[in-house]
Amino acid sequence: MIRVQREDFDIGAELEALTAGNHRIGGIATFVGTVRDIADGRPISTMTLEHYPGMTEKQLGAIEQEARQRWDLESCLIIHRYGRLEPGERIVMVATTSAHRAAALESCAFLIDWLKTKAPFWKLEETDGGAQWVDAHPTDEDAAARWSDPSKS
Amino acid sequence: MLYFAWLRQRVGVAEETVDLPDDVTTVGAMLAWLRERSDAHATALADLSVVRVAVNQDYARDGDPVANGDEVALFPPVTGG
Repeated sequence: MIRVQREDFDIGAELEALTAGNHRIGGIATFVGTVRDIADGRPISTMTLEHYPGMTEKQLGAIEQEARQRWDLESCLIIHRYGRLEPGERIVMVATTSAHRAAALESCAFLIDWLKTKAPFWKLEETDGGAQWVDAHPTDEDAAARWSDPSKS
Repeated sequence: MLYFAWLRQRVGVAEETVDLPDDVTTVGAMLAWLRERSDAHATALADLSVVRVAVNQDYARDGDPVANGDEVALFPPVTGG
């Protein structure tokens, strides 16, 4: 399931909904990303997330499909927020459930790694030195590349 | 054409409709043609290594086809998550 929204979310309630009534689930993996208060040594007052409505949902849906093909998952959730956020606020939640922990843990890592390089979001950080667009980090490409499918490259 | 993040700021608009000439049929040719539209376009598209292209909401490369009627978006490398 994919949700792109401005509002915050309740991690406990989301996990409850993801697992309710499904006793085939033996493991749940969750990643939650939050806004840091420092960027390159400078304090951040706010962060604004811009996105490309339509393409965001399409790319996240494709990433979810890829994860479901690679791992035997019971359920899968990606929530990503947009708009203006303050340090400490939640940005993104990825949760996967499976009969066994390896599939849940690996697919959760895969989803956040691929999301970071494929989902069309851009972060604008406001510091005392002004507003600045965050540069993509080469290590994010490296993290995503470890999951690349040799048959598709 | 849709522009996002600093590309939107440098081009000066979030969205514009363009009429591609008949000989512009690929993403690469479209980028070269767009650069000639204005100084703002030329500045925004000066370094294509930091410009990503999507055609109809899927990532596209220089050799991929593009035509009038497509939804084309230009944006910097993504930084979500």
